[in-house]
Amino acid sequence: MNVLKIATAGSVDDGKSTLIGRILYDTKSLTDDKLEAIEEKSKQRGFDYLDFSLATDGLVAEREQGITIDVAHIYFSTRKKSFIIADTPGHIEYTRNMVTGASTAQASIVLIDARNGVVEQTYRHFFINNLLRIKDVVIAINKMDLVDFSEEKYNSIKGEIEYLASKSEYKNQNLTFIPMSALQGDNVVTKSENTPWYKGETLLHHLEKLDAAAINEVSQVRFPVQTVIRPKTDEYHDFRGYAGKIYGGDFEVGDAVTVLPSLTKSTIKSIHFFDKEFAKAKNGSSVTIILEDNVNVSRGDMLVKVSEEPKITKELNATICWMDKEPLKASQKYYIKHGVNDAQAKITQLSSIIKTDFSGKINNPSELELNQIGDIQLKLSKPLLVDAYNENKSNGSFILINPKTNNTVGVGFIR
Amino acid sequence: MWFTYLKDMIMNQRTIQVDALESEAIYIFREVVAQFEKPVLLFSGGKDSITLVRLAQKAFFPAKIPFPLMHIDTGHNFPETIAFRDRLVKELGVDLIVRDVQDNIDSGRVKEETGRYASRNMLQTETLLDAIEEFGFDACIGGARRDEEKARAKERIFSVRDDFGQWDEKNQRPEVFDMLNGKIALGQNVRVFPISNWTELDVWSYIKAEDIEIPSIYFAHKRKTFVRDRMIWSADDAVVFRDEEEEVVERMVRFRTVGDMSCTAAVLSDAVDIAKVVEEIRDSSISERGARIDDKRSEAAMEKRKQQGYF
Repeated sequence: MNVLKIATAGSVDDGKSTLIGRILYDTKSLTDDKLEAIEEKSKQRGFDYLDFSLATDGLVAEREQGITIDVAHIYFSTRKKSFIIADTPGHIEYTRNMVTGASTAQASIVLIDARNGVVEQTYRHFFINNLLRIKDVVIAINKMDLVDFSEEKYNSIKGEIEYLASKSEYKNQNLTFIPMSALQGDNVVTKSENTPWYKGETLLHHLEKLDAAAINEVSQVRFPVQTVIRPKTDEYHDFRGYAGKIYGGDFEVGDAVTVLPSLTKSTIKSIHFFDKEFAKAKNGSSVTIILEDNVNVSRGDMLVKVSEEPKITKELNATICWMDKEPLKASQKYYIKHGVNDAQAKITQLSSIIKTDFSGKINNPSELELNQIGDIQLKLSKPLLVDAYNENKSNGSFILINPKTNNTVGVGFIR
Repeated sequence: MWFTYLKDMIMNQRTIQVDALESEAIYIFREVVAQFEKPVLLFSGGKDSITLVRLAQKAFFPAKIPFPLMHIDTGHNFPETIAFRDRLVKELGVDLIVRDVQDNIDSGRVKEETGRYASRNMLQTETLLDAIEEFGFDACIGGARRDEEKARAKERIFSVRDDFGQWDEKNQRPEVFDMLNGKIALGQNVRVFPISNWTELDVWSYIKAEDIEIPSIYFAHKRKTFVRDRMIWSADDAVVFRDEEEEVVERMVRFRTVGDMSCTAAVLSDAVDIAKVVEEIRDSSISERGARIDDKRSEAAMEKRKQQGYF
């Protein structure tokens, strides 16, 4: 079950649904009953082609309006790998959904209509991929059939994106450009004869080659304790295990660790997964860890390797994407959830709104509205154990929760 | 002495890389127990809820599963499923709560459907909501998956429901990274779906790899059946309405999904063991819920049921 999560972004007009439909169709992932349902609905609506968006737009309101409102998850697999596509809407009013879909993605596809080239939305998609530090980004230059598969057109769009990338702070991004026609299937699953000048791979072949495990972020190891396991049975009378998921690297029996926030030192005595013991546990594994010493550890504490401690702080600088109708304002209070830890947070400063078209910042705004991205400062009711998002994604992000509605209202990236 | 030495040697070679989907599900289970006061696992006896039980075991081992299982029994279940359920619960030493749809029918709170397509599937919702209120459950863990159906593809891992169990599909909380917001107001509860990101094939592959026992109806067996609307129905006249001209024939079949007898169609199959089942699923050209009669009622059948408090 080697799963690669991919986010796609693009508006309806860019041919995103057609692309997803094409992938599902060419990889034979659409079952007969689903295909039949799509054929029937397409006919009912008087289309002379298969409307693949019917496969992904799951809500009545989406089908009525012909738009994607919420993130849909689409599953398909080839013999080599399983994929989950988070199909996210592209319009500015759905920036938050795009951030949501991209937050768990290991790779991303940005669609561009070859006729229109780089448009305002492309900037936004590119910006969000940078903000989230998505390592592998495919720039799918679509509808090549409508520009006579022109290499010149392809190169000019490629050049524009490369110029954007040169302005971005994030330098480790792998950009892959693929000329395609999702409608006719060129370079999606099968290599096109219409683009002899293109020496690269098809989209699916490229995605198959990305290693899902290797894309798992490697950084300093973080083990946030979710819960303490104490069976208190005769057989396991003294068992006191710390249950959690390992992020950023591996843990081994014998590793010297620091327990945060108490800064107590200990050593890993054993690592358990279900009814077996292991000498080593790899990045991304949900396991249970027992320490040599009888130290006080509870939910929200963190085990890290000695001398790799994160920052313990009651103040945060962060970039935030706002997700609620009620705008963010300075001096407002929220709950903050950072990993498995909760605290209260007060916005001490709203410094700027960042324009997602790379055209700069608006300084000292009075509020941050739904779908806007800005820089803020926060004061916390208790110290949190944090890294900068650039150094550690899982330990560098947080959400804000409105205490009146309990809704998740923003996602933050620690600077 | 040499024995301990040998054990150490073997131990040192043992590295664990928990599969991403399994790791995610275990993480979700642990968040549920940490964030909620009274969770419950909704257990139907189907393969998805059996998989959930194994994952819950793994999440808390060597401690016992720290919440009860609850079965909303329509009274129209396959007898094999019920026998399996009782055995599993005994083995695990966990509490099982059973609430019967029949009670609500007897007291007149809900009205049983009649006619050709009569099913108690819809009636489960009322019984479930009553049970949630009776026990004060704040989190109900279910085995729904996003690949099953297009309304479920939009579902969150923590899905907030109001007093009436309603799903407000247009106003869902964003779920970013793996942070799960379980904050709710009094009277609300959360439906939790730890295997949201699994596909049907993932579930079957897991059952095979883990050697998990499942009810016998998932394997090919001889059964009295009849055909309606190109689907194979189980011929049990006490539970499933059948026209006289609908001819009963014994066929070699198995079930891909285990709901009520009245809303679950069988498929022709000779997959008598788990390896053959996995092979069959891999090559299948019909989706799992293609055999669910309850989904065929309309294009938005699932979305409507979910708005009313269905799983």
